[in-house]
Amino acid sequence: MTAVEGAAAPRTTPPKTKRRKLRQLTVRDRVILGLMAGIPTLITVAFVWVPALASIVLSFSSWSGFGDFSTIQWVGTENYKNIFTIYPPFDPAIQHNLIWLAVFFLVPAPFGLFLATQLDKQIRFSRIYQSVLFLPVVLSMALIGFMTELIFSPTQGLINNLTGHADHHVIDWMGNPHLNIWAVMIMACWRQAGYVMVLYLAGLKSVDPSLKEAAALDGANGKQTFRHVVWPALRPINVVVLVITIIESLRAFDIVYVINKGTNGLELLSVLVTDNIVGEASRIGFGSALATILLVISLAFIVPYLISMFREDERG
Amino acid sequence: MTTLTTERTGDRAAAPAPGPQRTPRTKRAALHVFLVGTCIVWLLPLLYALYTALRPYADTQRDGYVSVGGHYGFGNFTAAWDQARLPHYFWNSVIITVPALVITLFLASMVAFVVARFNFKINIALLLLFTAGNLLPQQAIITPLFKMYQLIPLPDWLAASGKLDDSFIGLILINVAFQTGFCAFVLSNYMRTIPKELGEAALVDGASAWRQYWQLVMPLCRPVLAALATLEFTWIYNDFFWATVLMQTGDNRPITAALNNLQGQFFTNNNLISAAALIVAVPTLVVFFALQKQFISGLTLGANKG
Repeated sequence: MTAVEGAAAPRTTPPKTKRRKLRQLTVRDRVILGLMAGIPTLITVAFVWVPALASIVLSFSSWSGFGDFSTIQWVGTENYKNIFTIYPPFDPAIQHNLIWLAVFFLVPAPFGLFLATQLDKQIRFSRIYQSVLFLPVVLSMALIGFMTELIFSPTQGLINNLTGHADHHVIDWMGNPHLNIWAVMIMACWRQAGYVMVLYLAGLKSVDPSLKEAAALDGANGKQTFRHVVWPALRPINVVVLVITIIESLRAFDIVYVINKGTNGLELLSVLVTDNIVGEASRIGFGSALATILLVISLAFIVPYLISMFREDERG
Repeated sequence: MTTLTTERTGDRAAAPAPGPQRTPRTKRAALHVFLVGTCIVWLLPLLYALYTALRPYADTQRDGYVSVGGHYGFGNFTAAWDQARLPHYFWNSVIITVPALVITLFLASMVAFVVARFNFKINIALLLLFTAGNLLPQQAIITPLFKMYQLIPLPDWLAASGKLDDSFIGLILINVAFQTGFCAFVLSNYMRTIPKELGEAALVDGASAWRQYWQLVMPLCRPVLAALATLEFTWIYNDFFWATVLMQTGDNRPITAALNNLQGQFFTNNNLISAAALIVAVPTLVVFFALQKQFISGLTLGANKG
């Protein structure tokens, strides 16, 4: 750093503000910078934001998707009315998304934090424990769907074979609509806990050790140090974990789709959206209304999170 | 800094009260027991899959799935590999993952460079656009996207389907569009830490913006690019949703999504499914064993600043 400043010194006049430096950009540079930012922006806008806005617009329409745009009929809020009143899978889907959120919030998040705080103590084999607990994170959610079937399959699965329910008194983990969501949740938590653990481990490493030492010198015990020193320092990570917990519960799709295409006890909002475009049923307007509900819920969390993050950024 | 450290050690020497590190021996032993137990439970699903995959279906039918004895071998693995043409689907994954990964990192690094190294007024808005886009659930945009894909034509030599829908290009594009946000966010945070004077000096020296990006900033970003490449490889390879909806020709699906159609058609029992699932997991397990450090640093880089 110093070397570079030194090297540049003979040629440059005393440092001016950045605004001046910007004006020094040549036209060619400005065009290049414009393209460098413009092309990726164009792709993201065209393939992410245009569809997102189109979801909202089309949610007020009725369109089979066949034929050109003139076949679109505008129906106002009828799709939403239908969703909330006469669309049977909607209530279970919302329920399952809420279960997903609650379980992710109550199980893997605290458990991941607990594991991280334990592994952050200088104990032997910490690296090995970390690796093992982290292993499921690299696996795809689809694969975890297959693993769920392997573990919970009524006759060929591990659980029923271990507990002697494979031949008689068979517990139908996959087929019973009151049980299967819990089997899925167990396997989803298997992956999520390692994810949360890794995030907290990184957060704990960035807590200034001298703070902890000072607390200990002041006579604070482990619990008190955690509550008054470590926990406040983890605030940014807590926010990230919260956002990830919410987003992952809204995005959940692969596991249930692999198991039974998200039916019979495994309905989710994401699945309902998809059901309206794949297969024979092509109801663009209705599917868009479902997607808009999903979009609004997600943006309600994403936007405040990003605003607070960029605010802190500016202050820092 | 130095004075601070000496002060601290001095304090410690004066007050023998040990730091928070010291836990009683029994407590520590209990912690190890707990962690070993948790690790065993954590490995159980994969070990069970491996054990099941190593046994012929006939043996598990006779003795049950939780039993010892009979034959062990790689019969299920070779059967899954050959019958279901897994190499073909692996190749599909390569065709999609590699270009998507390279283009994503290239585009993201360009945006990050502009946002992090210059003070344009639009920067924050740009970054918001990218980051928020990456956080949306895929299903929130799929309905119009699917329709768009059906309407955008492609020449025959680019896509057999004649349109973006059901084409490799379409899958690559959506993966790029969706993943660029995360990478741009991480890269811009990193590029901000590179001293501004470095770029200004180059600018004064007459280096163009492009040269500054390609020859000055990018080489310094190698560790982050490696971390992001590892992470994005895993994410794109693991993608199930885009491939399931936007690639209708089952034969062209990447392996993660293909496994679902092959289930029932070729994989009729849990022994074969276990073998196939483990084969599909191999590339991500390679990441786990060889590139775990990069993967984790990619994950935490994205989280620490956000």
